[in-house]
Amino acid sequence: MKSSVDTNLATRPSESGRVVSLKTPDTVSSTKRIKRSFRQIRAENVFRRTLIIVALAMVALVLGIMLTLIFQSTLSIKSSGLGYLWGKTWDPVRDIFGAYPFILGTLLTSFLALAISIPFSFAVAVFLGEYYPQGWFPNLLKNTVELIAAVPSVIYGFWGLAVLVPIVRSFETKIGVEPVGLGIFTSAIILAIMVIPYAASLGRSMIHMVPSNLKEAAYSLGATRWEVIRSVIFPYTKSGLFAGVLLSLGRALGETMAVTMVIGNTSLIPKSIFAPGNTMASVIANEFTEADHPVYLSALIELGLVLFLVTVVINMVGKRLVGKFTNE
Amino acid sequence: MISMKNNVKYRIGKSTGFQALTILLACSCVVPLIFILIYILQAGLTKINWHFLTNLPKPVGESGGGIANALLGSIIIILVASVIAIPFGILCGIYLSENRKSRLAYWSRLCVDILQGVPSIVIGIVAYFWLVKPLGGFSAISGSVALAIMMLPIIIRSTEETLKLLPDSLREAGFALGLPFHRVVLKVIVPCGISGILSGVMLSVARIAGETAPLLFTAFGNPYMSFNLLKPMQSLPLLIFNYATSPYNDWHDLAWGASCILLIWVLALNIFTKLMTRKWKVQL
Amino acid sequence: MESTIVKSVDYNAYFGDNHVVKNVNIDIPRNNVIAVMGPSGCGKTTFLRGINRMHELIPGATAKGKIMLNAEDVMEMHPIFVRLKIGMVFQRPNPFPNLSIYDNVIAGYKLNGIKLPKAEKDRIVEHSLTRVALWKEVKDSLTKKGSFLSGGQQQRLCIARAVAMEPEVLLFDEPTSALDPISTSTVEELFHELKKNYTLIIVTHNMQQAARVSDKTAFFYMGELVEYDETKQMFTNPKDTRTQNYITGRFS
Repeated sequence: MKSSVDTNLATRPSESGRVVSLKTPDTVSSTKRIKRSFRQIRAENVFRRTLIIVALAMVALVLGIMLTLIFQSTLSIKSSGLGYLWGKTWDPVRDIFGAYPFILGTLLTSFLALAISIPFSFAVAVFLGEYYPQGWFPNLLKNTVELIAAVPSVIYGFWGLAVLVPIVRSFETKIGVEPVGLGIFTSAIILAIMVIPYAASLGRSMIHMVPSNLKEAAYSLGATRWEVIRSVIFPYTKSGLFAGVLLSLGRALGETMAVTMVIGNTSLIPKSIFAPGNTMASVIANEFTEADHPVYLSALIELGLVLFLVTVVINMVGKRLVGKFTNE
Repeated sequence: MISMKNNVKYRIGKSTGFQALTILLACSCVVPLIFILIYILQAGLTKINWHFLTNLPKPVGESGGGIANALLGSIIIILVASVIAIPFGILCGIYLSENRKSRLAYWSRLCVDILQGVPSIVIGIVAYFWLVKPLGGFSAISGSVALAIMMLPIIIRSTEETLKLLPDSLREAGFALGLPFHRVVLKVIVPCGISGILSGVMLSVARIAGETAPLLFTAFGNPYMSFNLLKPMQSLPLLIFNYATSPYNDWHDLAWGASCILLIWVLALNIFTKLMTRKWKVQL
Repeated sequence: MESTIVKSVDYNAYFGDNHVVKNVNIDIPRNNVIAVMGPSGCGKTTFLRGINRMHELIPGATAKGKIMLNAEDVMEMHPIFVRLKIGMVFQRPNPFPNLSIYDNVIAGYKLNGIKLPKAEKDRIVEHSLTRVALWKEVKDSLTKKGSFLSGGQQQRLCIARAVAMEPEVLLFDEPTSALDPISTSTVEELFHELKKNYTLIIVTHNMQQAARVSDKTAFFYMGELVEYDETKQMFTNPKDTRTQNYITGRFS
């Protein structure tokens, strides 16, 4: 490398008699240029190496997260074994750790929330993707729905506590169950509101991608708008819509603050959807700083590990589906 | 023939019915958001005044008090998180867009995807073991690290997606002038994609500004003013959580005011980003 | 007497296993316009991009052989030095969209972090823009973004950007294929001016253009350099039948 530059500088004067006299006098800037370039080459290599280190660090970060969770929960895995997952009692005082009530609570809140939110998010997706893709009002609706995801979860929790809980309580009085207000049902409603945007925005972009010649073929056969949506758009986008639902589910499973504030926090197995309970995330939030002995703490971290693995799987499947869809 | 006609009428009616239902459901999605906005503005705006912004919270039983410590704490924690996450995220995004097919890029991209879906509470647990335990106590810096980890996927994704869309001719123009790789990237490619990168950064800040769960076991909260990164620090979402779940009305008032400020802050950041990205966009 | 400035010796280029340029030996004399022509996919653009080492930017691309610039092999030099001495203009005008016209001209200095005095910069800008016959058109709007210019003006701006670095050789990769006829003729006229100071190598698939602007012409076919001669000779009396067929339009 060095020698090439030296010869470079050496050859230059020899030809300068001819070349530079033709050109404008630029000798100052060109020697400057060459000296400068030397430093550049070193900087270039440093930069390339930095990029690789950063990309490696990203992999190390996620591996580190996983290993930390596994390592810190070994104590609990050893003492409770697989029974941890379906053990029905969670009693830190007697050192009995069964996660079943929380797993049940998580599944109940999440799937109830999905059931409530799917009609709404699909409606938004169809509205923005098919009926009204352009215009100021659809644009406003799209941006507003996206803002739903921007509101901090602690604010949803607080609002739920102040507004939703009393409403649910009076509803419970009316249908004759114990009027607590706090519980699985209230959490599910809050979650349903929070997860609408995820399925809606993915669904909208999927519906956008349906080729118009497919739709036109159906219209030319005399299909109505609804029939086109049902028999062309939905079948064509079903994997994408499903991926959107999975993304929503991933959000619902891991949501912590809003649920913690309105679910009622009890380690008992919920008897109905109106009963108070706990989700995996909310137990961690509530008990982590109170865990006073290693097995207790480790049991909580194992909950975190389960949560981590489940959300990773759900998100990966979702991403795969979207990737497949967009490649086709 | 008549039955055919009736059938068509029925089908058209059904189609119109579903369209109406779709419109109704779609529009009703925003109702809760509007309710929440109105409720929180009503409950919160009246509490906000100069005193509220510049004073510390009062102990139980005394009315008044403010949220100065939470406001400053939030700003400090977010700033430190940004300082950690922004350079790292942008560099990683650059790597992914420059090396689309390398094996490391594949794994790195996979990890970004994974990280994007990890529940925030789990990040909190990990930050606890990485920083709180070794440092011997709750600290603002551990909260910043947890939030920085949450910012990364958003910044990396938006950087990668933006830079991928830039035409190759730009890079070639740079290389043909004898620019070294790092100058082509930093002086040509990044400035041309700056609108997308900045919007990712701002969205990530908006996202973490309201995060509570990762701070529960890291920054922890602190009823006093603190500027020490190695000590517990209060933040707005933590204050809202702690005071909202307390049984005291005075504290609820503080929490409403704080919610109002947090909500305005986060929504303003989101809307501002949307508007500005269009303006900053470099015309290609 | 004409001295050789660029000389390739057994130059080969590959995309993965695909051998796209085969054993090219060519002597390019100083201050000449060389046209490189041939049907698409014949390796002419790859060869051109090999001269200033742009070829290897494409993932999987490799090259073998020598390309001598004066007495040095560019394959042994660092690409940055090569590209400072051999400028390039692309098929589509690609001014930097984030820079003004003024900054686009001195982009090679500015983006490389070379600090020049204001007077020097002004001189380079005026000088380079004058050389590409753009100065009169843009001198009042130097602070505007380069992307506001018309296609032909943008392409001349890109030539000015390359000229500003005072290279010895200028490479053109089908420089007029994205331009309208009037802009094309302006750019072609430029070649006559530019060859006084530089050596120009122009890839084109437009035979008329090759005949109009070049002193010597090289004909590439299937990755090989089939024939290389004075342009007049080539178009009136080609030696190889493949050249003859191409010129008379018997294959395409």
